[in-house]
Amino acid sequence: MEPIINIPVEILRPLLAAAVAIGFVFANATVMGYLERKLAGHFQRRLGPMEVGFHGILQMPVDGIKLIGKQLIAPDNVAGALYYLAPLIALAPVSLPFIVIPFSPGLQAIDMDIGLIFILAMISFNTIAVFLAGWSSNNNYSMIGAMRSVAQNISYEIPILLSLLAIALMTNSFSMRQIVESQRGYWFIMLQPLAFVIFFISALAETNRAPFDLPEAESELTAGFHTEYSGITFSLFMIAEYTYMFLNCSIATAVFLGGWKGIPLPFGEYTGCIWFFAKAYFLMFVIIWCRWTFPRVRFDQLMNFSWKYMIPFSLVNLCLTAIGVKLWQAIF
Amino acid sequence: MAGYFLELISGAQSLIAGFGVTLRALLSPVVTVQYPREKCPVGKGYRGHPHLIVEDETGRPKCIACGSCMRQCPSQCFTVKGEKKEGDKRKYPTVFQLDFSRCSLCGTCRDICPVAAIEYCDLYGIAGFTREEFHYDLLADLPGRAETGVNPAAQEEKQLAGDI
Repeated sequence: MEPIINIPVEILRPLLAAAVAIGFVFANATVMGYLERKLAGHFQRRLGPMEVGFHGILQMPVDGIKLIGKQLIAPDNVAGALYYLAPLIALAPVSLPFIVIPFSPGLQAIDMDIGLIFILAMISFNTIAVFLAGWSSNNNYSMIGAMRSVAQNISYEIPILLSLLAIALMTNSFSMRQIVESQRGYWFIMLQPLAFVIFFISALAETNRAPFDLPEAESELTAGFHTEYSGITFSLFMIAEYTYMFLNCSIATAVFLGGWKGIPLPFGEYTGCIWFFAKAYFLMFVIIWCRWTFPRVRFDQLMNFSWKYMIPFSLVNLCLTAIGVKLWQAIF
Repeated sequence: MAGYFLELISGAQSLIAGFGVTLRALLSPVVTVQYPREKCPVGKGYRGHPHLIVEDETGRPKCIACGSCMRQCPSQCFTVKGEKKEGDKRKYPTVFQLDFSRCSLCGTCRDICPVAAIEYCDLYGIAGFTREEFHYDLLADLPGRAETGVNPAAQEEKQLAGDI
């Protein structure tokens, strides 16, 4: 059969991937919102949502409808366009990194040479959105939350990059697919456990998750940067936050946990994504587990931890990796 | 310098211990009671409204219709009438009404009863729209209570809860 319109596959693939990614962003936020509330309940030996649907399974769609139905209230003297732009900037870039994430050998839209850097760059957009939201809200608490967010993200970007650089030294590539494929018979977490721990802790801080959720500390800042956002603008921030969580977990999965690799399944070309999602969502579970285990850190503790522990350790790890790689090449 | 690493190790240990604590909480059973759907058993010594106790052998009230409770009640809650029918060995109540809207659960009726025929029931969460809903005919409730030992109204509530 002749195709009706001839669209080159190079264009069709990313377009299709983007459409799926946008769908996935919302589905992920729904599932994670439900899981978070349910797990929050069970970590405290409560039940969590129980009323809407079987065991509250429809709670999140109903909440979404409620939030969409709400009036958007803008306080006086907000910075007009920027105030409304901030939630869009938070959400808009989140679907882009999906096109380079290797879910399975056959499920990757584009394999960029700089895939890893591309994802990290897109994730960093979040900082701009948070700062814009806090600054344009014309609210002291929002401003403090935004300032904290920026300081925190700058401090924790460094250990993230340094820990991933150690992997890039070993694989000699930033391509996500190549990083996954070079993990033959072992995962990089076995060779680089320190880098994994550093990456995971920094990812918690990057995504503003507890115990590093200072930018949105409820008790101190009345929700921080999104104090003045109501209805769907607020939920856009939350959807973005859950997506950034997933993106960080999928980086960890691809780089440290062997991506799609696991016990071989039939049609491994595509079903590899089952392993990928299993690993990524296990990490998401750990993130939620952290949130309900650890109290929020103080701001000086946050900074001390990054500059006194994370950055030195990741630098030492990087140096050792560089030496190790050179020795390996010299010997074999 | 030693303190630097010591702090790191002890900190990491306490964080991992914290993970253990929350994981145990996650895996242990939930303590929530879904209140309107499931109810906790009433504690010992709870005072519901006074009700009549049933004789095990005959299924009829233990009450001898002496009227002590009616006379002793500080709020005049009770209306008791009784008669000795043909073939009966003693008097049985024919009317035994409680105006629960006036009852203060003082327990005088229970203490004064010569044959220990009055006891508190374990019904709670009673609500109504009119005064008259709290005028109980304790004799009419008796057959249901003979089987379960509780007020039939409570029984009905439990059945309703099962349907939800």
